[in-house]
Amino acid sequence: MTEITTEKARIGAPSAQPFIDGFTEEGESLSPINAAGSKAPLAGASAKSHSHGGGVGVPDSSRAGRLTSYKLADFKPLTGMEEDWRFTPLKRLRGLHSEVLSGAAPTVVVTGPEEITVESVGRDDKRIGTAGIPEDRVSANAWENFAGATVVTIPSEFEALNEVSVDIEGTSLDSAAQHLVIVAEKFSKAVVVLNHRGSAVVSENVEIIVEDGASLTVITLQEWNDDAVHASSQQAKIGRDAKLKHVMVSLGGDLVRVTPSARFTAPGGEAEMFGLYFADAGQHLEQRLFVDHAVPNCKSNVLYKGALQGRNAHAVWVGDVLIRKEAEGTDTYEANRNLLLTDGARADSVPNLEIETGLIEGAGHASATGRMDDEHLFYLMARGIPEDVARRLVVRGFLNEIIQQIKVPSIEERLTEAVEHELALTDN
Amino acid sequence: MSTLEIKDLHVSIETEQGTKEILKGVSLTIRTGETHAIMGPNGSGKSTLASTIAGHPRYNVTSGSITLDGEDVLEMSVDERARAGVFLAMQYPVEVPGVSMTNFLRTAKTAIDGEAPKLRTWTKDVKAAMEQLRIDADFAQRNVNEGFSGGEKKRVEILQLELFKPRFAILDETDSGLDVDALKVVSEGVNRAHAEGQMGTLLITHYTRILRYIKPDFVHVFVDGQVVEEGGPELADRLEEEGYDRYAKGAGSAAIAAPAAAQA
Repeated sequence: MTEITTEKARIGAPSAQPFIDGFTEEGESLSPINAAGSKAPLAGASAKSHSHGGGVGVPDSSRAGRLTSYKLADFKPLTGMEEDWRFTPLKRLRGLHSEVLSGAAPTVVVTGPEEITVESVGRDDKRIGTAGIPEDRVSANAWENFAGATVVTIPSEFEALNEVSVDIEGTSLDSAAQHLVIVAEKFSKAVVVLNHRGSAVVSENVEIIVEDGASLTVITLQEWNDDAVHASSQQAKIGRDAKLKHVMVSLGGDLVRVTPSARFTAPGGEAEMFGLYFADAGQHLEQRLFVDHAVPNCKSNVLYKGALQGRNAHAVWVGDVLIRKEAEGTDTYEANRNLLLTDGARADSVPNLEIETGLIEGAGHASATGRMDDEHLFYLMARGIPEDVARRLVVRGFLNEIIQQIKVPSIEERLTEAVEHELALTDN
Repeated sequence: MSTLEIKDLHVSIETEQGTKEILKGVSLTIRTGETHAIMGPNGSGKSTLASTIAGHPRYNVTSGSITLDGEDVLEMSVDERARAGVFLAMQYPVEVPGVSMTNFLRTAKTAIDGEAPKLRTWTKDVKAAMEQLRIDADFAQRNVNEGFSGGEKKRVEILQLELFKPRFAILDETDSGLDVDALKVVSEGVNRAHAEGQMGTLLITHYTRILRYIKPDFVHVFVDGQVVEEGGPELADRLEEEGYDRYAKGAGSAAIAAPAAAQA
């Protein structure tokens, strides 16, 4: 592993007078113009006023200033120069950013405890738009074009013993739009698994509502066929003392771009976001996440790990964490680790941490991309373990840290096997 | 009986300043049943010798040979050397994240023996060996060396020594950083392995302390990449009293001569 960077946020040392421009006794305000009441895109009025477009005085470089809108027309056509599209090969999006998404959406089948409610609803259902608002053109395109949505509700105070499986099966390569809403009502507890399989060209919006005191785990598995193209915006709204654990696993597909976000709307919330990806030759696996600390005393922890092998295997990880001025007492950490198994693979890793208050518990980020550690291999081989077996042990161990987080034995087993399968390809 | 023979070994490494020769003609013969102590000051090349025998890629053998019962060890890959019966207890064992000790030990044993150990006896053997080395049972579930203290890592090295039963064990400063209790536990482990009579030991140490618990048959003093004196256990006693100072003077001319040669 090389290039490890770790930064700890300064804990504000009160001083009588701000003598450096941009610094106050609470720490650093990245731009003086930011002080003019930044607002979370979903804080209160978001769903009502449709276009937020950065607004006046919020610099382009701040995540707070990103355009959010339900209308496709508000987003300019993509050129590939945009900050959030600069790593994505637009040609391989198969029109998700440019065409009317009129294809048949992948089929959705939900299984789980009978207490769970599953509804197919129209565009006008009042729950649609409560947790999500598109932040990019592809997501807005899906919002404009989706025909109907699936709403999965975990009733209040219900604690599900078995996981809820949402099987999303693609059957056509016509570009399509999909919409899912997951609601964990107050004090409920559940694990919801999104299984993405088959062949599809689909832009998907997933809204995740974690109500007060609820504890929800969302596991999104992308095990598409090789020809699939998938963009998935998964936006979560987290209530008071609520907990979200989001686990993203991308293994299959030609281009998969998952953009999960967690927004805290009341104090005491907690978000854990884990990710695992294994990019093979020619595959583009991208993940961009956003944690919005807009209220005090919330915790977030992000860990994404990826392995890459083969020519033009490409992984992108961008982690945006924003600690707004109001979010005192925030505790956050994000890290990304990439293991390059062969020549010709590329990993882009960009951790971004914006801190607008110094009155926090902690904030850190780290990123490391490198080859397999020779000392690990030497140690294992010095115990008689052949090189190929040793390599597999190390990679398996590296990714195991994420798999262990899933805590659903059947899925853990399946993913372990899937990783083994990927590793077997290395030997060829 | 097996013989590990090192003949006129020259080893260099690449540094930012260029190639640096560390071992300058080392010859050593170890037979199973024997314990050899290699002693010397810091930077004398003791650990380089250990790592070179194990096949660490950082070290380039420029001339000389290492053979095990006549077979060319230098031609073998790192894992082949281990399977041929060479075991290096490392000075700084690395942590291998996400790989459990249980899995690691079983995988290594399978590789070394060429067949999977019988599950029932193996579990029993591991448990017994861990108890003798006073390693907590929960270490088996933990990842290799992860979060272990320095002393715990060394005990786990000796655990492997006892389980893998090598023909030649090289202990690279296994004693450094150990308190007296841990030193005793570790030494007992080495002595148990030795008592089976099938193992030759190369004990590399900076201090004489461990030699109170592990009795060497031969002592070799290493200074500036060469063996400068050899003898029986009495040599260790002398080193304990006198230290390495008297060799440092003798080696002075060699140390000065080396950079001059590099410039030429």
